[in-house]
Amino acid sequence: MANYSTNEFKAGLKIMQDGEPCSIIENEMVKPGKGQAFNRVRIRKLISGKVVEKTFKSGDTVESADVVDVELAFLYSDGEFWHFMNNDTFEQLAADAKAVGDMTKWLVEQNVCTLTLWNGSPIAVTPPNFVELEIVETDPGLKGDTAGTGGKPATLTTGAVVKVPLFVQRGEVIKVDTRSGEYVSRVQK
Amino acid sequence: MLQPSDAWQPSADRATLQQRAAMLRQVREFFYDRNVLEVDTPVLARFGVTDPHLSNLTTVLTGDNHRWVLQTSPEYAMKRLLAAGSGCIYQLSKVFRDDEQSSRHNPEFTLLEWYRVGFSAAQLMHELEQLLQLLLGAPAACYLTYQQAFERYLHLDPLAADSHSTLQRALQDYPPLAELAQRESDRDTLQQLAMASVIEPALDPSIPTFITHYPASQAALAQLAPDDDRVAERFELFYRGLELANGYHELTDAKLQQQRFLADQQQRRQLQRPHAISDPRLIAALDHGLPDCSGVAVGFDRLVMLRCHKQHIQQVLPFAIDRA
Repeated sequence: MANYSTNEFKAGLKIMQDGEPCSIIENEMVKPGKGQAFNRVRIRKLISGKVVEKTFKSGDTVESADVVDVELAFLYSDGEFWHFMNNDTFEQLAADAKAVGDMTKWLVEQNVCTLTLWNGSPIAVTPPNFVELEIVETDPGLKGDTAGTGGKPATLTTGAVVKVPLFVQRGEVIKVDTRSGEYVSRVQK
Repeated sequence: MLQPSDAWQPSADRATLQQRAAMLRQVREFFYDRNVLEVDTPVLARFGVTDPHLSNLTTVLTGDNHRWVLQTSPEYAMKRLLAAGSGCIYQLSKVFRDDEQSSRHNPEFTLLEWYRVGFSAAQLMHELEQLLQLLLGAPAACYLTYQQAFERYLHLDPLAADSHSTLQRALQDYPPLAELAQRESDRDTLQQLAMASVIEPALDPSIPTFITHYPASQAALAQLAPDDDRVAERFELFYRGLELANGYHELTDAKLQQQRFLADQQQRRQLQRPHAISDPRLIAALDHGLPDCSGVAVGFDRLVMLRCHKQHIQQVLPFAIDRA
C-alpha cells in the first residue's frame, strides 16, 4: 500500500483511518514560530459517513486508501443488489443495500451514477444531481393556484416523497434535485 | 484555483495597504521616540538557523560553491551588531521560511524584531504591550507562566518529572489528539501539541496573553531562569487567536550557544531533516561579548490582519505567494 506524507494532504485525498477509507475534507497547518508543526484535518469516513477531526504531526505518513469514483449506468435492482454497467466496456457491477443507502429512491434506469469503489467494491452510490420521475400519488391541487405557494407531498415511481406545488398533478413527470430532495420543475413529456 | 489571468491583481485591497503603511510609520515613530536605531541586516547570508523545526530556503551565487541562505529571522546578524556595540536596535525585515503556508503563514513575510540592551524579559514584554496598544488599541495584557497555563487548562504540572505520562493521559480527553498523543514519545512535542490545540484556543481572545518561562528544553536562544533552571526566560504573545511574538532574555554565553547548536543538529538528524551548518560568526560575536539584552520578534503581517480584521494573511500582503 502506498503512503501519503502530511505535506501531500489536501481536500479530496483518500486515506485509511481506523481501518476505514476516508476522504480529507479540510487540512490546516498549525505551526508555532518555534516548535513542531501539526496538521489539523477534517476527515469524512466513507463507509459510516461520519466526519471526524484528527491532528497529525507534520511529516508523519498515513496509508493511502484505494478509492476511485467510476461512472456507471443503473440497470435494475433484484431486491438484494443494485446492478450497474459501464456503458463503454459493458462490464457490470453490483452494489449492496449498504452501499446504495437511501439513494435507492433516486435510481432511475439508464441514469449514469457515480459509484465510489474501495478495493474494487462499491461503498457509495451518488445519483445525478437532477433526475426526472413520474408522480404516482398526490392530492388533487386547488384549481387556479398557479403561484405554487403552499405545496403538497407527492409520491414518485421510486417511492421518493417530494413536496410539489399545488398545481402539479398525478401522472406528470417532475425534475428533482437529488442533493436537497427538492422539486425543481415540471418536465414536458 | 487562481486563474493565471487573475494572478496579476493584488491580494490585499487598497484600504488594507494604507493601514499597513500607516502601521509601518507608527512602528518607526515608536522606536524613534525611544532612541532605538533602525538597521537592515542582510536577508541573503552564508549561514542559516539550526532550529530543527525551521526550514531554510537556500540559493546559489555564480562563482562559488556555497549554499546561501535566505534568513528565517534577522536574529543572528542583529546580535552581531549588538556585540559590536550598536546599542538598542530594531528591524523590519523580510524573512523566508520554507514549508510554511496556511491562512496565517506565507513563505515570505515581515518580522518586526528588536533588542533592548539592559532590559529584562519583563521590561521588554511591557514595551511590546505598549506597541500593541498603539497599533491595535489592545487592552492591558495578561501574564501566565507556561506552568500556570498547563495547570489552568490541563490540570497538570508540565515541569514535573512524570509530566510526559500525565500529559499523554490528559490528552486522551481530546478525540482529535488522542491517537497522536498516545504514540508520541517526545515530551516537548506533546507539550507543543497541547499548547497549539488545547491551551491557545482556550485563551481569552480579547486580552493579549503572554506565556512566560518556557521549559528549559524549549529555551531556543533564551537564558535559563537564574532561580529555576527547569525554565528559560522565553516568552510568547497570543492575541485574538494568533501567535504574535516570541522573545527572550538573550543567551550571551558562547559555549552554551554552541551546545544548543549541536543539540539542534542532533535533533535534526533524528527527525531526518537536512543538516544545517551552525553560524560560526554568531558564536564568535558571543565570544567577543553580547551585552545583557532582551529581544523579541513580532509577526508584522499578523498585526495588520488584526488591525484590519482579516482572516487570511494573503489579504494583508500586496501579493501573497500564489501571486508573487
